[in-house]
Amino acid sequence: MVSTALESGLQIAGKTFNSRLLIGTSRYPNQQVMLDAISASGAEIVTVSVRRVSFESGGEGLFDLLRGKYQFLPNTAGCFTARDAVITAELASEALETKWVKLEVIGDEETLFPDVEELLKAAEELVKKDFVVLPYCNDDPITCKKLQDIGCAAVMPLAAPIGSGMGIRNPYNLRIIREQCSLPLIVDAGVGTASDAALAMELGMDGVLLNTAVAGAQNPIRMAKAMKLGIQGGRLAFESGRIPRKLYATASSPSEGMADL
Amino acid sequence: MIVIVGGGVSGLAIGWRLAQAGQNVTIYERNKAGMESTWAAAGMLAPQIEAEYGEEMLLPLTMASRKIWPDFAKELEAETEIHIDYRREGTIQVSLNRDEQEQLDHRFSFLSRNQLEVEKLSAYEVRRLEPHISRAVTGGIYSPQDHQVDNRALALALKIALQKAGGILREQSSVEEIVIDEGCVTGVIVNGDKITVDHVVVAAGAWSRNIPGIPEISRPPVRPLKGQMLALEMPENAPLIAHVIWGPGNSIVSNVYLAPKSDGRLVVGATVEEMGFDKRMTGGGLLEILRSAWEVLPGIYDLPLIDSWSGLRPASRDDAPILGKSGIAGLTYATGHHRNGILLSPITASEISSYIIEGKDSNLISSFGVGRF
Repeated sequence: MVSTALESGLQIAGKTFNSRLLIGTSRYPNQQVMLDAISASGAEIVTVSVRRVSFESGGEGLFDLLRGKYQFLPNTAGCFTARDAVITAELASEALETKWVKLEVIGDEETLFPDVEELLKAAEELVKKDFVVLPYCNDDPITCKKLQDIGCAAVMPLAAPIGSGMGIRNPYNLRIIREQCSLPLIVDAGVGTASDAALAMELGMDGVLLNTAVAGAQNPIRMAKAMKLGIQGGRLAFESGRIPRKLYATASSPSEGMADL
Repeated sequence: MIVIVGGGVSGLAIGWRLAQAGQNVTIYERNKAGMESTWAAAGMLAPQIEAEYGEEMLLPLTMASRKIWPDFAKELEAETEIHIDYRREGTIQVSLNRDEQEQLDHRFSFLSRNQLEVEKLSAYEVRRLEPHISRAVTGGIYSPQDHQVDNRALALALKIALQKAGGILREQSSVEEIVIDEGCVTGVIVNGDKITVDHVVVAAGAWSRNIPGIPEISRPPVRPLKGQMLALEMPENAPLIAHVIWGPGNSIVSNVYLAPKSDGRLVVGATVEEMGFDKRMTGGGLLEILRSAWEVLPGIYDLPLIDSWSGLRPASRDDAPILGKSGIAGLTYATGHHRNGILLSPITASEISSYIIEGKDSNLISSFGVGRF
């Protein structure tokens, strides 16, 4: 019998998550909207920035509100060198007691595209230090393959520039990456709306990481739910196997046995 | 007797209204009254320009307070003979490039959808209203009803008005504990002595969570949110701008604003930083404020820098204030005003004082109770 179970879970570094959505925690109108949006999104993994924040806010800080409820994925946002990223990852690891890190090494302030050379260096070093490394990288199959060989726990190619909301700009590259990488693939950056997330999943990605698309939406909580459903729909469609595209119509109702008038 | 914990703008205004109503009221302030967030603020009364997505529920309250501000200002000035510099020119938000213009258009439709009185301006119209704004300006939103006041003069006036009305202000006096017996407030401890009270109002801003005596579960979810600011001196008789100007920020400055005061100060801010109670100024803070401000108003380049400071916004979890019942008899909250403390002071004062005197909250504040968290 064909499996009718809902879509399967996401596995990263031996952990299984029901949700395939990873969500960021910045740029929401306020903390309550953030909490409600994350909850509506169903995400179990949240990315957090540890730069320029205090860990002592008397019980009402970001970390106080999220601790214990979600898997923290601290990022190395704002790092431009491997050295910077490694130090930030280590600080985050100490503060949040997790070895997980979303590795970001930025090459240019205007586009926020990754600096591949520094990213590979940082990934190698962090893997050696037993970090669970989830690198944000270009949608370049070669880079993704190298990150896999280094021993990252997942690879997170961008779909479009960070915060741009432009959607999946190069689906063909993502398909090639899917064919060449066996690791979990997470589309990180560029998703603007639910159909973008669904498309990523239909391309065979294992998950989607987003922040601005939800935090900056006019109704972040409803958009969070939309993303959750988009990802579920896209994943189910991927697992179900779509029909081939054809140029000409094929009637879905049979024409045999009709009265010959 | 009614005790108010905290002598900021909220505590002072509530105290004034209670004293006017003939209540026996004492404010305890651990430092000097009006010297924390009240002092650090910019005095903008701008519910429209400050309105954000997802925070529409705040609008009825901020708009109601703005509506009573002119009379509040008039009454306070008549009572104290202190000029609090209520200015009516309005606020202009500008954008400086195409991406920002798109954001601004997005904002304009949000504000219009909420039936707020705003006007779209072309680049030409912006520069006609404010000729010193950068030539890079692409357009703006004019919000004529978003006024401003001198918040420091306001604090001074409220202090005097409170005392004239018979209220007592005790500075350098910390409330060391709120004494609660069987779910009911019975007193406060100040300098080791217990004072018997009927009612306590917590208006302690960013410190409202940290007052001993309130059980953990009833504490208001308020945290400090740091803002760095600075003041420049505009030439006498030739101020660079007359409206409050809002522009795009960068990194730790989400929006930059420039608020011209009648005494020649140009108040510029502010960073938004999750730094706990750390109030130190930083190089990066000043750099980002000045850079964003200079991009909007290049003429500030030559102005003398006369002051810089930082303050802690009392931010609640949803950025809306926490007003009214606390779940403990005799304990009322008036805190968590975030960036709206000055704007909301008249409505906070009238609503909280009548809540205490009449014992029930109005429709206006009932949705802002601590029970919503």
